[in-house]
Amino acid sequence: MSVAEEQVSGPATFKRRGRFRPGDAVLYVVTLLAAISGVVLLTLITREVLADAWPAMDRFGLKFLTTQAWDQNKELFGARSFIFGTAVTSFGALLLATPISIAIALFLTELAPRWIRSVVGPLVELLAAVPSVVLGLWGILVLGPFVTGTLEPALHNALGWLPLFGPARPVSSSMFAAILILTIMIVPIVSSICRELFLGVPSELKDGALALGATRWEMVRGVVFPYARAGIAAAMILGLGRAIGEAIAVTQVIGNSVAINADLFAPGDTLASRIAGQYQGADTALQLSSLVYLAVILLVFSLVTNIMAQIVVRRVAGRHQV
Amino acid sequence: MEADQNASQIFRTERIGRRKLVNRLVEVAATVSALLAVAVLVLLIGSVAKRGAGAISIDFLTKTPVINTGFGEPQPSGIANAIVGTAIIVGLAVLMALPVGVLTAIYLNELAPPRVASVLTLALDVLNGIPAIVIGIFVFVFLVVGHGQTAWKGGFALAILMLPIVARSTQEVLALVPSSLREASLALGAARWRTTLSVVLPQAVGGIVTGATLATARVAGETAPLLFTSSLVADDIRTNPNEALESMPMFIFKSAEQADPALHEQAWGAALVLIAFILITSLLARAFAARSRRRLLGER
Repeated sequence: MSVAEEQVSGPATFKRRGRFRPGDAVLYVVTLLAAISGVVLLTLITREVLADAWPAMDRFGLKFLTTQAWDQNKELFGARSFIFGTAVTSFGALLLATPISIAIALFLTELAPRWIRSVVGPLVELLAAVPSVVLGLWGILVLGPFVTGTLEPALHNALGWLPLFGPARPVSSSMFAAILILTIMIVPIVSSICRELFLGVPSELKDGALALGATRWEMVRGVVFPYARAGIAAAMILGLGRAIGEAIAVTQVIGNSVAINADLFAPGDTLASRIAGQYQGADTALQLSSLVYLAVILLVFSLVTNIMAQIVVRRVAGRHQV
Repeated sequence: MEADQNASQIFRTERIGRRKLVNRLVEVAATVSALLAVAVLVLLIGSVAKRGAGAISIDFLTKTPVINTGFGEPQPSGIANAIVGTAIIVGLAVLMALPVGVLTAIYLNELAPPRVASVLTLALDVLNGIPAIVIGIFVFVFLVVGHGQTAWKGGFALAILMLPIVARSTQEVLALVPSSLREASLALGAARWRTTLSVVLPQAVGGIVTGATLATARVAGETAPLLFTSSLVADDIRTNPNEALESMPMFIFKSAEQADPALHEQAWGAALVLIAFILITSLLARAFAARSRRRLLGER
């Protein structure tokens, strides 16, 4: 069918070259409509979330950010302890995950034989495919008891003079458990980006350094890291964004407490986790609106981290093209 | 003079020993880190498999949840409603996100002026970075407040998560289609739409399916978007997308919160089913992707 059609329409379309083609117009309009859906969704999300947070924004203003309370009886809500918890857990996770991720990426690009590479690489990425709710389940029932029963007392004995590592508590949930869970979540992301970056370092540069007598580590420090620096920063920002936004696994292990503690072994709460914990319904309109206000803060964080990462990535991509 | 040279010689060999030692330490640290990541995965999957295997039976997969109070015969309890619900919610998400995502990628790669494409791609990347819980809250205030939860609203929330993943992965596949094919088709006088639909897309269809499968596996395990959109559910098997339906992730989340060990066991069972589905689909999709990518690049 199509052959015959082609034979007939071939010369005809050739004659009509440059003329209006309805098929092209339809394709263009349909795909354009689909393509702007991303922008439309972004706009809608921002607008709807802002509109519904407005009653709380109007009532509490920016003092919401520095108020430490979540009390439906007094109708007093604030995000201070959640912002604190988000900062502690996500930066803590980033601090643990960055060196581990870079080390994994180095192992996979510089050290491992090919067959190990093709086994370990996908395994690390599979870690990213584990749903957060399963990670959280494991966090509550396996990791949590181990952390509070074994790891935290050990750390307290060794480093107890730091206020970060307080005495063991009778609960099996803590900010420290949340940090560990988040670390497990962001290591696959950061390490797979780093691996791509390290693979992109020109081998002439690496061979040159080795030929000059550098050890493998000196080559990595002198050639690979400087070359991939901006990309590593972008990977870290993306990992941070992921850690800030994770709700489910965190709410399962962090203990959902409004208190602010320097002690990592105390329970706490994060912005995303607080929202998730209240899913069974807010009692009042103001409480709901305050919940949406938390989402606004989260949205701003995620927009800032993402756009920052994209700017870094694009600058790097642009530099490599030149 | 000679002594000086000797000293620097000794110093240099000392340094070499140190440099080799540092190099060795870093190599060991890198290897240990990689082993650590694999060990965590093995531990995690191992404990889900060990604890979940005990819960899984034919009854578990085909019956609905029962709360055994301890009076009378204990009844078998299962997650059939969650399996059916997840299939429906995720199916709706795929129906919404797949066409829009693929069309978006076609526009961005085949038709758009570069500047427009870069702005719209940025929007997709930013959308991809919005936390799932914020998307859940958005669908909640946009569609649920005043109207109630339904499965299709849950599906819509998952579709928002899926859209950027599908679009970006399709873009990557379209970029692999050799431009000589497009040029040949256009040179033969075929219209742009004809070239796109009958020359470019057939080349890319394998990769698009792979990307869509990976995206489906990813959102099938998402809980946060469903918390506010499809969480207040009945315990029997329902299929109407106009009411809230149970889902596997929500079931795990709710059961894990309870103190009842019987519910914990069911949560492990559901986690094993969910994780098996996700890992098997993503492994198959990856294997398929590696094959079709080789074929596409081999043809060039």
